[in-house]
Amino acid sequence: MKTICFYFQVHQPRRLKRYRFFDMGQDHNYLDELSNRSIMQQVARRCYLPMNNLLLNMIRESEGRFRCTFSITGSAVEQMRLYAPEVLESFRNLARTGCVEFLGETYSHSLASLASKEDFRQQVALHTRLMQEEFGVTPAAFRNTELIYSDRIGADVAEMGFRTMLAEGARHVMGWKSPDFVYANPLDQRLRLLLRNYKLSDDIAFRFSNREWDQWPLTADKYAGWLADGEQQGEVINLFMDYETFGEHQHADTGIFDFMKALVPAVLAHRELQFATVSEAAEAHRPVAVLHSPHVMSWADEERDVTAWLGNEMQNEAFSKLYALRPLLRQLDSPDFDHVWNFMQTSDHFYYMATKWLSDGDVHAYFNPYESSYDAFINYMNVLSDFEIELRRAAAARCPEAGRGEPVPAECA
Amino acid sequence: MRVLMFGWEFPPHIAGGLGTACYGMTRGLARNDVEVIFVVPRAYGDEDQRFVRVVNASDVETLGGREQEFSTEFLDKVSFIHIDSNMVPYISPEEYAVYHDEFVRRGETRRETDLWRKRYTFSGKYGANLMEEVARYAMVAAQVARDLEGQFDVIHAHDWLTYFAGIAAKRVSGNPRVVHMHATEYDRSGENVNRQVYDIEKAGMQAADRVIAVSDLTRRIVVERYGIEARKVVTVHNAVRFGTKEEKAPERSVDEKIVTFLGRITYQKGPDYFVEAAAKVLARVPNVRFVMAGSGDMMQHVVRRVARLGIADRFHFTGFLRGEEVQRMFRLSDVYVMPSVSEPFGISPLEAMRSGVPVIISRQSGVAEVLDYAVKINYWDVDALADAIYGLISYPALGRMFATKGLEEVNGLKWSSAAAKIKAVYEAAVAEAEA
Repeated sequence: MKTICFYFQVHQPRRLKRYRFFDMGQDHNYLDELSNRSIMQQVARRCYLPMNNLLLNMIRESEGRFRCTFSITGSAVEQMRLYAPEVLESFRNLARTGCVEFLGETYSHSLASLASKEDFRQQVALHTRLMQEEFGVTPAAFRNTELIYSDRIGADVAEMGFRTMLAEGARHVMGWKSPDFVYANPLDQRLRLLLRNYKLSDDIAFRFSNREWDQWPLTADKYAGWLADGEQQGEVINLFMDYETFGEHQHADTGIFDFMKALVPAVLAHRELQFATVSEAAEAHRPVAVLHSPHVMSWADEERDVTAWLGNEMQNEAFSKLYALRPLLRQLDSPDFDHVWNFMQTSDHFYYMATKWLSDGDVHAYFNPYESSYDAFINYMNVLSDFEIELRRAAAARCPEAGRGEPVPAECA
Repeated sequence: MRVLMFGWEFPPHIAGGLGTACYGMTRGLARNDVEVIFVVPRAYGDEDQRFVRVVNASDVETLGGREQEFSTEFLDKVSFIHIDSNMVPYISPEEYAVYHDEFVRRGETRRETDLWRKRYTFSGKYGANLMEEVARYAMVAAQVARDLEGQFDVIHAHDWLTYFAGIAAKRVSGNPRVVHMHATEYDRSGENVNRQVYDIEKAGMQAADRVIAVSDLTRRIVVERYGIEARKVVTVHNAVRFGTKEEKAPERSVDEKIVTFLGRITYQKGPDYFVEAAAKVLARVPNVRFVMAGSGDMMQHVVRRVARLGIADRFHFTGFLRGEEVQRMFRLSDVYVMPSVSEPFGISPLEAMRSGVPVIISRQSGVAEVLDYAVKINYWDVDALADAIYGLISYPALGRMFATKGLEEVNGLKWSSAAAKIKAVYEAAVAEAEA
C-alpha cells in the first residue's frame, strides 16, 4: 500500500512600501497596504476560494478518502483577516471535515530557525496559538519555512513537542536513498521525517502547463499511473507544493482544477494507493533509517540550500542587523513593536535581495515588488533603521540609561 | 556682446554640476550685459518631426517656478533653442549603446521613473551610437548658426559632446569660438581614457580661439595632457548662485549627526573612500549616520561594500535627488564630504556651504583652489578623512567655525564676477579674430 500525501503551503508576505531616508524618524507605517490588499484579494479569487471549494467537494465525493494537509503562515492569516475573511471561513470548513491537517510553522514565514533557538521557539509558539484560535487545532507535525531543515533544527522541533517534520528530498542529502519512505532525525529519533518527492511534486507545480515538456499534457490517469508505478519502491509519496500553484502559478485555463478534480477518482481506482495527511502518513509507516543532514537544506532553487535568503553580503547584513534588535524587543515587550518585528522577519524580504538570478530568476521575480536586489536591500534597511530608532526612543523613555546603545542596566530590563 | 552658447539643460533637468554651472553662468552673463542664445539638446520623444525649436526663456521650467526666478533683465538677454537629441550630460559611448539597444529591443521610449536612477528620456529616433549622434547634432547646430547669422559675435561650447557643434557653427558663421572644459576624459575615466572622446576633446580645443578651464587643475591637464597652447587657456572658477528666498531648515527627524556624500556614484567621485571612512568613524562613535545621495555605475558595488562592512543600519542611500530634495539633503547634513578622485571644479561643496554645512573636500578638486574654509584631504587618505569627519561632529566649535566662515567665503564667489571674466575672454577672442 502506497500513501499519497499532499501538503499545500499558504503564505503571503506583508510587503514593505517604498520607504526613503527622508521618511526616517517621521513615518512609522512601513507596509504597502494597497499592493498587499490587491495581491491577497487576487490570490483569494483565483486560488484560495475556488481551490478550497474544490477540495471540499473532493473530500465529500470521496467520502473522506481524499485527505490533505495545509500549512498557513501567520502573515497570510493576518492578511486574510484584513482583506479576505471569507477565505478563513472556507479553511474552517475544510478543518471541520476532519480530513485536513494543519501544520505548525513559524508565524512570519521567518528564518528564525537559523537565528537562534529562542527566536525559533517564540515564532512557533505564536503560530501554534494562532492555529488554535483560527481553526481550533493544535498542530502535531511541523514544516519549517521553505522546508529549511538540518539535524539540529529537527532536534529543536522535536524538543518543542512535534513528532513529524517535513523536509526536502534533496539529491545531495539523499544520495542513493529514496524520498518515498519515512526517515528519522539522528539527534532525536522520535522525530519522523517526510521527504518531498521533488520530481512528482514539480510535475504539478512547475511543469503542468509547460508545453515544451515531453509529458505535456499531463492527465490525471497518467499521473496516477506514475504514483502507482510498481517499479518504484516506496511507501509514501510526498507531494509538497505552494498552494498558489492552483489558479495562480498555473492559471485556471491550463486545466489545473480539472486535473485535480479527476485525480482523486484516478488515484483511488488503484487499489494499492491511498491518501493521508502528514501525521497519518508518518504514523502509518515505520522509519526505515535515520537521515543525516548536518548542513542546512531547503526546497528552494537548484542548490536546495539557504543561499536564496542568506547567500550574499546584503542578506547577511540585513539578517544580523534584524536579529540584533531582539534584546530591545524583549525588554520593551510591546504588542505594537512585536507586530513590526514579526513582519520584518518574513523570509521574502531576504529573498528579494538575492543576486543569484541565473537558474531560478522566474521564481524569484514572482510578486517581487523591487526592481533589483539592491533596491530591496536599501528599502529594507531604511525601514529597519527607523524601527530601531523607534525602539531606542521607546526604551529611552522607559529608562534613560537605555537607548544609547549601552547595555541595559538590570533594573530596567 | 552676443553669444551663441551650446549648453546643457537647466534646472530642474540636471544630472550634476554642469547644468547648475550653465545656469549660473548664463544669469551672470546677462547681468554683465551679454546676450545669450542658449542652445540645448533635449529628447522630446517623438510628438512631431521638428528638430529645432525656439523656446522663450519664460517658458523654460526652472527650480522655483517661472516668474519669481527670472528677472526681466534675464528674460531680455537670454533666449533658448532646443535641438532634439539624445545627448545628455555625462553619458558615455558605452551607456549610450546600452540605452539604444534597449530601445531597439523594446521598441519604446525609455522614461526613467525609478527613484534610484537619474531621470532622462531616451528616444530611439536619434543616432544609433553616441558618435553618430554628436555628428548629427553638429549638423543641426550648423543650420541654427546659419539661421541666426549676424545675431551673435562669439560661440561658446560646453564639454566635448557639443564641440563639433561649435566647430560647425564657426565654419558657417566665421565667428570666434570659445570652448569650456568642465571635465576632461582623464577626470571621468582615470587613466583608461576613451580614445574617441579624447580625440574630440583635443580637436575641439585645438580648433578653439580660447579654452576656459574651470580650475588651475583642469588647466594643467589641458596644457600637459592635451598639448594645448598655454597662452589661450584661461582659468575661470565657477561660482555659486544664491536663491532669493531663504527656506527654513527642515525638521530634523533623527537624533544622530548626518554626514553626506552627494553626487554621481562613479569612479570619479571617490564613493569608496567615503564608505571606508564611514566604517572607521562608526567604529568609534555610534551617534552618526552616513548618507550617500545619488546614483551611478558604482552604486551596486558600494551597496555590497556597505553590507560587508556591517554598517548598513547607519549608512543610507537615497537614490538620485532632484532640485528641492538636494537642498533638503544639504540642510539635514552636519558634514558634507566630497572625496573626488579627480574633480575639475566641484560645485556641490559650495552649495553645501551656502546651507551652512561644513565641508571636507579632496585636494584633487578644482574647488580646493578657491576655498580656505574647507577641510582638505587627499582622496586616498581614508584615515585623514575619518579624522576630519570625527573632528567636525565631535567638536561643535570646529564645525561652527567652518560653517560661519565658510558661508562668508562662499558669499564672495559670485557668478557675476565669474561671468565678467568670461566676458573678457570673449572680448579677447573677438579682438584677436578682427585683428
